Amino acid sequence: MRDDVRAKLERLPPDERVLLRPLVETSRTFYVVTALLAAVSLWGVFAYYLQVRYGLGRTGLNRPSYWGIYIICFVFFIGISHAGTLISAILRVSKAEWRRAITRSAELITVLVIGFGAIQPIIDMGRPDRVMNVLLHAQLLSPLLWDVTSIGLYFFSCTIYLYVPLLPDLAIIRDSGIKAPWLYRILAAGYRDTPVQRARLERVIGVLSIVVIPIAVSVHTVIGWIFAMTLRPMWHSTIFGPYFVMGAIYSGIAAILIAMVVLRRAYRLEQYFKPVHFDYLGRLLLVFSLLWFYFTFAEYLTAFYGGEPGEMRAFWAKLTGPFAIPFWTMVAGCFVIPLALMSRQATRTPRGTLIAGIAVVIGMWLERYNIVVPTSVNPRWEIESIGQYLPSWIELSIMSATFSGFILVYMVATKFVPIVSIWEIKEGREDVKEVADRVAGYLPNATVSGAGAD
Amino acid sequence: MTRWGMVIDLDRCMGCAACEVACKSENNIATVSPDQADRGRTNSWMKVMAHVEGEFPHTEMQFYPRPCMHCDNPPCIKVCPVAATYISDEGIVGQIYARCIGCRYCANACPYMVKYFNWYGPEWADSELQHLNPDVSVRSVGVIEKCTFCHHRLQKAREEARAEGRELREEDYQPACAEVCPTAAIVFGDLDDATHRVAELKEDPRVHRLMEDLGTQPKVYYLRARE
Repeated sequence: MRDDVRAKLERLPPDERVLLRPLVETSRTFYVVTALLAAVSLWGVFAYYLQVRYGLGRTGLNRPSYWGIYIICFVFFIGISHAGTLISAILRVSKAEWRRAITRSAELITVLVIGFGAIQPIIDMGRPDRVMNVLLHAQLLSPLLWDVTSIGLYFFSCTIYLYVPLLPDLAIIRDSGIKAPWLYRILAAGYRDTPVQRARLERVIGVLSIVVIPIAVSVHTVIGWIFAMTLRPMWHSTIFGPYFVMGAIYSGIAAILIAMVVLRRAYRLEQYFKPVHFDYLGRLLLVFSLLWFYFTFAEYLTAFYGGEPGEMRAFWAKLTGPFAIPFWTMVAGCFVIPLALMSRQATRTPRGTLIAGIAVVIGMWLERYNIVVPTSVNPRWEIESIGQYLPSWIELSIMSATFSGFILVYMVATKFVPIVSIWEIKEGREDVKEVADRVAGYLPNATVSGAGAD
Repeated sequence: MTRWGMVIDLDRCMGCAACEVACKSENNIATVSPDQADRGRTNSWMKVMAHVEGEFPHTEMQFYPRPCMHCDNPPCIKVCPVAATYISDEGIVGQIYARCIGCRYCANACPYMVKYFNWYGPEWADSELQHLNPDVSVRSVGVIEKCTFCHHRLQKAREEARAEGRELREEDYQPACAEVCPTAAIVFGDLDDATHRVAELKEDPRVHRLMEDLGTQPKVYYLRARE
């Protein structure tokens, strides 16, 4: 850090000083991790080059396993992207005051991961050079087209939903002059935090946080429908839309928790990501682990009770057959581990939620594996099949590159925007009285006036 | 209205797979290496499936030659994001190779597993190259391909009939599999034309279609083997 920047930083109020420090101060560890992630990402690009050069034959895909790692990752990453927007929108709409420190990091996950999810079906295409055909020859009866529409709208609205609440912070950075003045002059778009601008900003955020909720729900519903609209055993199920939405939010909360633990440690944000945040989000994770069990149980019981031979082949392949290991690992990761850890106050700590979060993320990846692969290798028509799908090193490299690429851009983003919303924290400090009045106003025979009246 | 369809008499089928071979050479389907075949990448628009019932030694075997069913209500068409798979006015389900993006959604949607994918580009030995059928386009890497009821033969037959100033006759248009079948188990024609044999055969008491309960309305009918 240069001395003049340090002096400027030291002159800032306490919140700004802590939260803007990562923008101007970068540790050696950061560079090392960035370099490693960049190397893995480039390796993935090389693997993709080979796939494009020679064809999808370089993957482990076959007939009847037409879909594999890429489609699993597509569902998984778009699922993670539900973290941010949905959680932050719901917390804003419900006026949960404890949201203030976590909205930004969550919204950032959404916008950055969605692109990594959306490219997966393109990586999966036999002819990626013809991707524009999806627009030129759009066939609207195809669930894939519903996806293109829904994800496009989602990306657009989430980007606005990230950017608008960023404006006051971008103006703060611009005014502090600690980093790239020209860049933040453009990004802040003339925001001066006048009362009129602030009122408009809050109104736009209010509208957006309601609008993005149905869009987010539609996205993963439609992804579930890609499978559900076919006649295939264990795919053709009405529960898939809501099941996928629930799973997406679940994996999203887990991803936020992991990100929060890492950020808290790396940028010394203990004062912002407090035990109470992990406690509350941990309770949310607990609720979703129970919901996950409910949906999964309902889905499998219905298939089992009906006992249709085609369904049963896929069913037993998962429970006791060749997919028993991924299936029961999924049950452990999505249900047993988070339930055990999150139902006790003593383990709803940063460390406990980190373990539960990692278990859920792995479990939810496996859930998508258990949806895509066992049905693929057990088609209704029992053909001469090699009966398995083993991903090739090309697919595994591209998957690793997707993970590291996402983490990389997230890390780089923390160097350009404060990972905790400065103005929302300040607003929270100023609003303590107002909030107390509001809460008092909920009670019967309250005589408090002002903001508490709504 | 013409509706092209097929009736396959399982009582006559002896599993010789001549239909499979004829199909491959007619439609320029490249063979793959043994290694690729082991990995489930063989393409076979017409495939003689063997259905075994019972435990050894009391087994019964039934052959099912299986082309595309050319469904009247094809699940593959609805799911295609770019309308690369279509059903013609005369009921033939086709694939536009030049438009297909290779997402393989149709392959997953087809309950009969008749949509094949080009995992690699096709390869032929020099000696084979000169024997390719000039009437059938060679598919590129990364696209889906499928049985077309040899509709290039229909186009040719139509032109010839027009040149000779006459109506199209039943025997003018026969797909390669039907033409080559040594026991005449595969019968092809217009299901809606009472003078065609398929129209009569599809009323046979032995008739059934594959997975009829799915509502796909296949235009390939099978006649059960006699007891």
